[in-house]
Amino acid sequence: MEGSYWDLVLLVMEVWLFVVLGLIVLPAMFGVSLGFTDLYIKVLVKTLEWATRRIQRGQKEQDTLPAHLPNGIIERNDDSMEEQIVELRRSHPKFHSVGDFTLCDAFYFCKKGIESIVDDEVTQRFTSEELVSWNLLTRTNINFHYISVRVTIIWGLGLFIRYCILLPLRVTLAAIGLSWLVIGTTLVGLLPNSNVKNWLSDVIHMTCYRICARGLSARIRYHSKENRPKKGGICVANHTSPIDIVILANDGCYAMVGQIHGGLMGVIQRSMVRSCPHVWFERSEMKDRHAVAKRLKDHIADKSKQPILIFPEGTCINNTSVMMFKKGSFEIGGTIYPVAIKYDPQFGDAFWNSGKYNMVSYLLRMMTSWAIVCNVWYLPPMSIQDGEDAVHFANRVKSAIALQGGLMDLSWDGGLKREKVKQSFKEEQQKMYSSMIVGQD
Amino acid sequence: MGSRASSLLREEDIEEIKKETGFSHSQITRLYSRFHSLDKGENGALSREDFQRIPELAINPLGDRIINAFFPEGEDQVNFRGFMRTLAHFRPVEDNEKNKDPTAEPLNSRNNKLLFAFRLYDLDRDDKISRDELLQVLRMMVGVNISDEQLGSIADRTIQEADTNGDMSISFSEFIKVLEKVDVEQKMSIRFLH
Repeated sequence: MEGSYWDLVLLVMEVWLFVVLGLIVLPAMFGVSLGFTDLYIKVLVKTLEWATRRIQRGQKEQDTLPAHLPNGIIERNDDSMEEQIVELRRSHPKFHSVGDFTLCDAFYFCKKGIESIVDDEVTQRFTSEELVSWNLLTRTNINFHYISVRVTIIWGLGLFIRYCILLPLRVTLAAIGLSWLVIGTTLVGLLPNSNVKNWLSDVIHMTCYRICARGLSARIRYHSKENRPKKGGICVANHTSPIDIVILANDGCYAMVGQIHGGLMGVIQRSMVRSCPHVWFERSEMKDRHAVAKRLKDHIADKSKQPILIFPEGTCINNTSVMMFKKGSFEIGGTIYPVAIKYDPQFGDAFWNSGKYNMVSYLLRMMTSWAIVCNVWYLPPMSIQDGEDAVHFANRVKSAIALQGGLMDLSWDGGLKREKVKQSFKEEQQKMYSSMIVGQD
Repeated sequence: MGSRASSLLREEDIEEIKKETGFSHSQITRLYSRFHSLDKGENGALSREDFQRIPELAINPLGDRIINAFFPEGEDQVNFRGFMRTLAHFRPVEDNEKNKDPTAEPLNSRNNKLLFAFRLYDLDRDDKISRDELLQVLRMMVGVNISDEQLGSIADRTIQEADTNGDMSISFSEFIKVLEKVDVEQKMSIRFLH
């Protein structure tokens, strides 16, 4: 009896591996799609639409404010400080337009302050986007109440499918993909430098990323492929999660830039760099801006090397907006290839809230979502113009990406996720107000 | 499958807040969501640091005074009721049609809005704005850009114009008199888009 039990287990494992390898890994390596993902997405969309309609029916009794409005939940007055304060003073008995102080001036600051307490532009960017309608994942259920037995059953079924069927499958795929990358790049690294080596390295990288993409049930649409980044250039994109790299590398080979980590990440990084040049920095080197700039400059000067991939925001944002681009990458020279990435939140929330989840729990959440559906737009290349400084150039690129991706263009620093805002902004406001009450000196 | 944030707010609480502040049901749940997202410690109350984390508020010259308005005398934490009570001052006045409670003056009356603004200046809460207090608040608004003498003369002139009983400070009734023509209802109100 013992013997036949083990035989059975082995048989199941063999079949499992055969299915995985034959139906998923091999087609992935050749960039061929058997259409499973598309079919899955179609069924998913139909189910979610049905669930949405049931929920809307259930919600009609309660009137609720829409979850996330692009313009916020309150009316805002966007006139300048001067215009608003003059407006305030208009009905004051001793009306002085400029060059004086009146007690009602405080109303302006007061109202602005209260408005920001009710709804501000920045803090909402560091948590996951709220959905307009529930997508049957427990984690996105903030405002939705129990609706009906049928929706609960579908939710339970979805839970089972995601955790018991999809998760093991995806974990297997990810494991295969990553070990393939490490082994493959190490082997290729042993070859002498030649065209064959470069070609093999590209193949290994691409197939690994393709397998990983299957491991996330990712459906990616690339637009304007003619603008794809070329060698010797710098590719910049908005940053939502580490998965951005997998998304972009499915359609081209890039040289990654980043800090060397320890552990599994470090192993992967070190083997990758054996087969083709990536730009890895030690933690101490990252502080030296000149050294960083020099290495990047050297890399793009060599036209045989892959384009560099950089995320100028410097941190993960929740994919509803694009925050300030750090000017470092825009000072190096070279052509910039902007790329806009927009995830569809209906199928899974791709944002990595690094304060709340570490890498492993984040990946687990990714692998138990429905799917990752996203659009990638390649924008026409841009270069710095005469007389333009790096900050202006960075803002120009940022606006282009925000416009294409349908994201809000903010000038706030993504670093506000962890740090306090600079006091210089307060000082700017104080200066502006002072010039109002004493006139231009 | 229960929701997280709004299940912590019971229907009875919502009704009480509705009666006290005049906000609608949906506005209250929306603001509770906001309160919850600001409450990083997840202990059902906001501290001053929680407010300071809002960048737009941190760079507001009167940010500290506004934050202070939420905290009752001597306390360091504000719960959701207190939060709503303070925000209620900024409800538009025209929304008062439904809540006709003739006994209590609504929190968002013209008088209460002016009182809120008065308290921004009245640092020690003694119901008078002294020259010193006015100077301090002015200093917050202008930063380092104006000299002490100039600021002093601005403060003197302001008190002179407002002070009717000659005690060199501005009382609440004097404050109201000076600002009687200002459209307080419009300027100190926040409108929800729905």
